[in-house]
Amino acid sequence: MSGTEVLRGPAGGSPIDLGPGRDVVPPRGYATGHGRGGPASKRVVVGYGFWVFLLSDIVMFATLFAAYAVLADQTAGGPHSQQLFHPGSVAVETACLLLSSFACGMATLAAQRRNQLWTQIALLVTGLLGAAFLLFEVREFMSLVGRGDGPTRSAFLSAFFTLVGCHGLHVTAGLLWLGTMMAQFFAKGFRQEIRHRFLCFSLFWHTLDIIWVAIFNLVYLVGTTPYV
Amino acid sequence: MLGKLSWAAIPWDQPIPLLAASVVALAMLAVLGWVLARGYLPYLWREWITSVDHKRIGVMYILLALVMLFRGFIDAVMMRSQQVLAFHAPGYLPPEHYDQIFSAHGTIMIFFGAMPFVIGLMNFVVPLQLGVRDVAFPTLNSTSFWLTAAGALLVNVSLVIGEFARTGWLPYPPLSEITYSPGVGVDYYLWALEISGIGTLMTGINFVTTILKTRAHGMNYLRMPMFCWTALSSNLLIVAAFPVLAATLAMLLLDRYLGFHFFSNTGGGNMMMFVNLIWAWGHPEVYILVLPAFGVFSEVISTFSRKPLFGYRSMVAATLFICLVSFMVWLHHFFTMGAGADVNAAFGIATSIIAVGTGVKIYNWVFTMYGGRIRFRTPMLWSIGFIVTFVIGGMTGVLLAVPPADFQLHNSLFLVAHFHNVIIGGVLFGAFAGFIYWFPKAFGFSLDEASGKAAFWFSISGFYVTFVPLYIAGLLGMTRRLQHYDVAEWRPWMLVAAFGVLLTFGALVAQVVQIVVSIRRRAQLRDTTGDPWDGRSLEWATPSPPPAFNFAVLPDVADAEPYWRAKQRAIESQQLAAEPGYQPIEMPRNSPTGFITGFFATITGFALVWHIWWLVIAGLVAAYAVFVWFAWRDVAEYVIPVEEVARIDRARRQARAAWLAAHARESSG
Amino acid sequence: MPHKQQVSPVAGRRVRVGCCAGLTAGVTLAPSAAECSTSILQPAGPVAATERLVLLDALTIMLVIVVPTIIVALAFAWWFRESNRRARHLPEWAYSGQLELLVWSIPALVVFFLGGVIWLGSHSLDPARPLRAAGPQLEVQVVSLDWKWLFIYPSQGIASVNELVVPAGVPLHFTLTSASVMNAFFVPQLGSMIYVMHGMVTQLNLQADRAGEFYGESAQFSGDGFSDMHFVLRAVPAAAFTRWVEATRGGGPRLDRAAYGALAVQSRNPAPSTWRSIDPDLFQAIVTQQLPPGPGPETGRGSPAVHPRTRE
Repeated sequence: MSGTEVLRGPAGGSPIDLGPGRDVVPPRGYATGHGRGGPASKRVVVGYGFWVFLLSDIVMFATLFAAYAVLADQTAGGPHSQQLFHPGSVAVETACLLLSSFACGMATLAAQRRNQLWTQIALLVTGLLGAAFLLFEVREFMSLVGRGDGPTRSAFLSAFFTLVGCHGLHVTAGLLWLGTMMAQFFAKGFRQEIRHRFLCFSLFWHTLDIIWVAIFNLVYLVGTTPYV
Repeated sequence: MLGKLSWAAIPWDQPIPLLAASVVALAMLAVLGWVLARGYLPYLWREWITSVDHKRIGVMYILLALVMLFRGFIDAVMMRSQQVLAFHAPGYLPPEHYDQIFSAHGTIMIFFGAMPFVIGLMNFVVPLQLGVRDVAFPTLNSTSFWLTAAGALLVNVSLVIGEFARTGWLPYPPLSEITYSPGVGVDYYLWALEISGIGTLMTGINFVTTILKTRAHGMNYLRMPMFCWTALSSNLLIVAAFPVLAATLAMLLLDRYLGFHFFSNTGGGNMMMFVNLIWAWGHPEVYILVLPAFGVFSEVISTFSRKPLFGYRSMVAATLFICLVSFMVWLHHFFTMGAGADVNAAFGIATSIIAVGTGVKIYNWVFTMYGGRIRFRTPMLWSIGFIVTFVIGGMTGVLLAVPPADFQLHNSLFLVAHFHNVIIGGVLFGAFAGFIYWFPKAFGFSLDEASGKAAFWFSISGFYVTFVPLYIAGLLGMTRRLQHYDVAEWRPWMLVAAFGVLLTFGALVAQVVQIVVSIRRRAQLRDTTGDPWDGRSLEWATPSPPPAFNFAVLPDVADAEPYWRAKQRAIESQQLAAEPGYQPIEMPRNSPTGFITGFFATITGFALVWHIWWLVIAGLVAAYAVFVWFAWRDVAEYVIPVEEVARIDRARRQARAAWLAAHARESSG
Repeated sequence: MPHKQQVSPVAGRRVRVGCCAGLTAGVTLAPSAAECSTSILQPAGPVAATERLVLLDALTIMLVIVVPTIIVALAFAWWFRESNRRARHLPEWAYSGQLELLVWSIPALVVFFLGGVIWLGSHSLDPARPLRAAGPQLEVQVVSLDWKWLFIYPSQGIASVNELVVPAGVPLHFTLTSASVMNAFFVPQLGSMIYVMHGMVTQLNLQADRAGEFYGESAQFSGDGFSDMHFVLRAVPAAAFTRWVEATRGGGPRLDRAAYGALAVQSRNPAPSTWRSIDPDLFQAIVTQQLPPGPGPETGRGSPAVHPRTRE
């Protein structure tokens, strides 16, 4: 078996001996986890794992998009998308969500600077904008249901409510997470695990934004294009 | 207050489920009583239930798998015996019960038998082979296990409270819609799979990250053991396929609970979409199961032939090829749904293309044996049995991939025989080979050879005597899932198949005997060095069982098969490498998060099945509270002091030195 | 062994029979032992005969590879056993470019041959493809119900349940749908099966080359009464078929929407029966969902919402 755990520098260079102590901490970015330097750092591992989760979530949304595409014409005598969607409300929702992503970016910067006050403010703004998005979406849903065009009316409406509603559920879960993050920053400061979780949260929040862009295009824009 | 639940949920008028449930309840009480009486509960809680150690979690997965395989086997015995008796007769299982049995058989065997077995093996072995201390997310790992166990519990509870699904293991609509299956059975199925599906998805994320981002220094891609490559492919498939299952089952749940129209007969629903989506998951699923088994065979055949694996690079290529193409063949599960000749032909050709990858692997295993010195220990017997059996099963699969042949064989017993051929011959044989191969590493003593071999021979003969008659019955036009029939031509084959089940029961008995005998004789069967098989990969460098931290010092990998190289160097120089510089080691703390999450998941799932809405909300709130409570802990790790590390590792080195000396005496004497 | 069946001329009801039936009213058969098989390897029609050929071709191609592979695997395992000191020992041999080429090309070649079989076979045996034959074909509309098969003869204006009488040697064109859940129409000795689904129409073309009785079944699980969904396909000489049509027109009820509604209710093990006349738009109404799908179970232990039970 090998001797003392030393790290090898670039090919031809001398070994980097970090001396005795706790399990050696390699220089930032040195350990890749797939051949050089041993397992990658905690931050890399957490971020990577969360990315893989987000990819799996995107696959789930892809399934719902596929169902929507298959069922888009199955209106069972009920209304088509052209008769249902209002660009105005959707534009407001989009603006809210995009701005909330911007606010989340601001929160990330504030957290990097370890600024408690501005982190909390930016997170609050993120949350309020996200809540506004949800409010408009719920209003849209309720008006449809009130007219009798709820998800039980036709397969098309089932697919619409599920796809958009699933995104809304993710936003709701995100808001719960956001509240917890705000509490954690407040109670525990800018410790390493808290920052890692916040990295995951912001990845999650931005991904929801990307999914909304897909929904916006494939459901609302395509859906309100008049028949040729 | 209690939704749909009432005393009528219990099948008072059916003695068989009542009897079965009583036996199980008594057994569980007996075990619990024994645990409590001996004072084992604190030990179990501390060392196993709240453990986040991948080795412990792996063992628990396999224990769950063995119990569920037993339950699934009982279902199979009931099915075969019903089909022996029900010729021009009703048999002893009315349709409402028989339909639950075959649905439970498939569901349990795949989701709670085979999946936990391979995931358990990957859990135990992969971090050891990669030369690291644990998986990337240990507490997530524990949660995955307990969610899987929660799903298994729900399926088993359905036996006696309510009913299980009566739709087959994949609930095609409209039969599975609320109109035609208004009972709670399909709901049990759906919630059990959604819950355990989350667990499995989390396993996928965990292992992809572990294998790609946390390997030992020097272990680049082409130095990774073959088992880790197949584990990587299997987990990539999990990450890509399980979300499809989750979404599809969710759509069926929405149809059933809220009256949506995804797959319903009315409102524009499309039942064909369910079939497509579920098989878009279903086909990758079978590769999720079989790829780790392929990995086991690579390890076992190489070790017991005393040769490195032949054609490592093309094995990697073949594995990744299978991984990719497995997403392009799903329609072969429903050629008869009428997609048209072009579509059917395209998918048929894609299906036979995937056989190329598997064929390459078979030849590479065969050439691994060439020029070797083969020892016929039990794991090697399972491997050779696999090669023969799986090739036949693969062949019948390719036959079914020809649409005109499938037009007569779809859903027949020929199909049933084919998939049992590949799942038993591939997944189960691989699982048992891995179980016996790594058992000494996990528990510090080997398993008894004689009963192990008996189990193998009963198993393989039981397989052929059970399933060759089913191939024939399929060619005679017998379709699957028949509760009774009156075609005389089929009956003799049902009798032969029932005899085969008896042989398989012999295998089960032999397997139990093996475990009991081995535990009794564990002093004689002790694995003193940690390397009972003369292994080649890093897990054999650790003592048996490995300490919590696996390696005192993370290895520095210089080539493929690093342990073999180190061993040869030690033998040549007649001494071990120098003692490493020890340091204190940080390990993740145990956590009850996984167990408590599983607990609340079970309650929430049960409440959802029975429409007990207040309990659903309470369960979800409690689950969220668990997350928050877990997130609030301040100390996530504990430190193993350097003296402890040194003590454990010096004991390991002493054992190795003793082996080295004995080995020198043997080869010179 | 052949079973005698009882005929009650008043009610037109018949005792349920298995594959090898005895006499039926108006149609005389003399089944031989060979005709009492359900084997797909004993085809009774051109579709099944071609499919058997395809199956055996594919099997042969595969066996050419599989048998030597298994033999070589077992031979290597035996020859290179530890105790055999005559065997070469190549402890480091792990790569050979030539062998790589071989192991990739053998399966690839098989796939190449099979691909041809698959492409050609899928097209020539597509269920919707009409059979080439001189003379007209017989149209049959098939509706699967819970748990029986309804056969409608639109040109003859009659219908029957669980008994499909057809003329031998005449191409049969089936148009199929389901009243409720997915099923699969399958007569093993005549050839392909096809799924039947509610709200949709599938097509199947078959032919019985000789007179005889052939076992038919559903090949897609459809619920508690699934095992009862077998039927008899009786192929008879053309003249006998005409006589059977006339006899059917002579008695029995009319299949109108009300009668269909009664038929669609879940029931198990009905006796074969016939209908003297039909509502000509019935099949179309079923397919276009003007008629609602068949109902589900209405009773159960506790309630149907807990553990449904279907009536016998």
